[in-house]
Amino acid sequence: MPLLSSADCDAIILSLKVALTATLISLPLGFLYAYLMTFFRFRAKVLLEVLVNLPLTLPPVVMGYLLLVSLGRNGWLAPLLDLFGVRLIFNWKAAVLASAIVGFPLLVRSIRIAMEGIDGRLVQASRTLGAGPVDTLLSVILPLSVSGVVSGASLMFARSLGEFGATIIVAGNMPGSTQTIPLAIYDYASSPGGERAALSLCAVAVGISVFVLSGHEALVKRLARRT
Amino acid sequence: MELSLNLRKSFGGPFNLDLDCTASGSQVGIFGASGSGKSTLVRLIAGLERPEEGEIWLDGECLFSSKRGINVPPQRRCISLVFQDACLFPHLSVEANLRYGYKRSRAGRRSVDFATLVSVLQLGELLGRGVNRLSGGERQRVALGRAILANPRLLLMDEPLSALDDGLKLPIIHYLKRAGERFGIPYLFISHSLLEIRLMTDRVISMAGGRVLAQTSPEELARERMGGSQVGYINVLQLEKLRKMGGLYVYRWGLEELFVSAGDEEPMAVFELSSRDIILFTRHPEAVSARNLLKCTVVDTFPSGNKVGVELRCGHETLIAEVVVQAADDLAIQARNEVYAVIKAASFRRLS
Repeated sequence: MPLLSSADCDAIILSLKVALTATLISLPLGFLYAYLMTFFRFRAKVLLEVLVNLPLTLPPVVMGYLLLVSLGRNGWLAPLLDLFGVRLIFNWKAAVLASAIVGFPLLVRSIRIAMEGIDGRLVQASRTLGAGPVDTLLSVILPLSVSGVVSGASLMFARSLGEFGATIIVAGNMPGSTQTIPLAIYDYASSPGGERAALSLCAVAVGISVFVLSGHEALVKRLARRT
Repeated sequence: MELSLNLRKSFGGPFNLDLDCTASGSQVGIFGASGSGKSTLVRLIAGLERPEEGEIWLDGECLFSSKRGINVPPQRRCISLVFQDACLFPHLSVEANLRYGYKRSRAGRRSVDFATLVSVLQLGELLGRGVNRLSGGERQRVALGRAILANPRLLLMDEPLSALDDGLKLPIIHYLKRAGERFGIPYLFISHSLLEIRLMTDRVISMAGGRVLAQTSPEELARERMGGSQVGYINVLQLEKLRKMGGLYVYRWGLEELFVSAGDEEPMAVFELSSRDIILFTRHPEAVSARNLLKCTVVDTFPSGNKVGVELRCGHETLIAEVVVQAADDLAIQARNEVYAVIKAASFRRLS
């Protein structure tokens, strides 16, 4: 019997696909959000801050349930989704959404820390040298916060790989279509005789995490050497 | 350059800025102690901050007007800023820093080209280096080059020398002045150092507490402030080294020779000498320990606080000394009198 069944392989591939998609979609949004929160003052700032950070403190199951009731067939966002012809529950896109929402505050936190470390006068200097706000964002703020972007993205990717509570509720646990590594392990752990398969998947999860974190360390070190 | 300011801005606390003045000329200084509102003024002119009300005009163009709802954004004001501590972009090389503003300047306005600037500011050997491997003086030279290459119509220098060691200031002053003149870019030089203002500018606006106190020439300002100043009036002397004698250096100053303790082997040197370190005698003092005895003519006297400033002519050179009012009366110092100025060799302080 092979160490990993084909369903396990599907789960691994799906996990990577969900985590990667969630991270890639969140990156530009997270960057813009961090930029707004760092460099601008506006009224709804505190409210926005609380909303974005809520998934950090709420149990993921609560997040999943809230997503389910708002995106489900009779949810309040259903008409909007119907308009675009998309379905965001019980498919892999739902898993992406769950991961994105739960991982977003981690991504933003890292980027903001990096942006807050940028000397405001560098931004002013670029403006007086003829750069508009977008130009300054791309030519000064982005390169100077790139280490935060890298850290945030790796953190978010790793968090997405481990996302369980929100995913199981909003995406379900269907082998081959929405079953990610944690959900598969959960299945094995609750069925008799599944220990070996569960352990193999655990090993894969550890392997991927170690790979992501060491890749992150190496990248950050390289960036630090460059500046 | 003609810059008209009529501005008000409050900061919620007791400090507020309320200015109404016009600065014209190509080398204008803004002088004031820290907290007088100079740096805020710089940011308002550059467009980095917004006044509550008022107007800013530069060479006939309105940059800000609260009445007419005009607020030209900083990138379109064509006003470059040189900060106190260079503020070079750490992720770019020296060359990329220099070219940052140049790339973004309008092609029609480009009168300064890269190669000329690099040679005027002697930046050639720095181009390939990372900005973190530059000394303080080199960083400030690159910052100046970056600002000039943006081809601005006005250069704002906000305390560009404050972060530098004393010995580095004079060479940088030389670069700042030379670049401004060579490329025909007018500048506004902001400083809390009267000496820097005198070396860099020919008109000065003095500020305190967010208000304009006066607009004069740097020389007048220095004389006016002499009486109240801790260091008196600073005479700046450009000297040519002649020889070394014992422990002292002999320099030529106009037609006179001066003995200086703090000399060195450089052929030319700039020294400062406080008005307080000059003692005046109406008759030749037969024996004094001080090494320098100069016969001078009084050109003028001026009151400054509880002191009297005495402008002396010594050959073709001018020297400002100070005496207390009673001494001026006792010695009957007045224009066209002949006096002897006595200066210790240790009183000269090297500037360069």
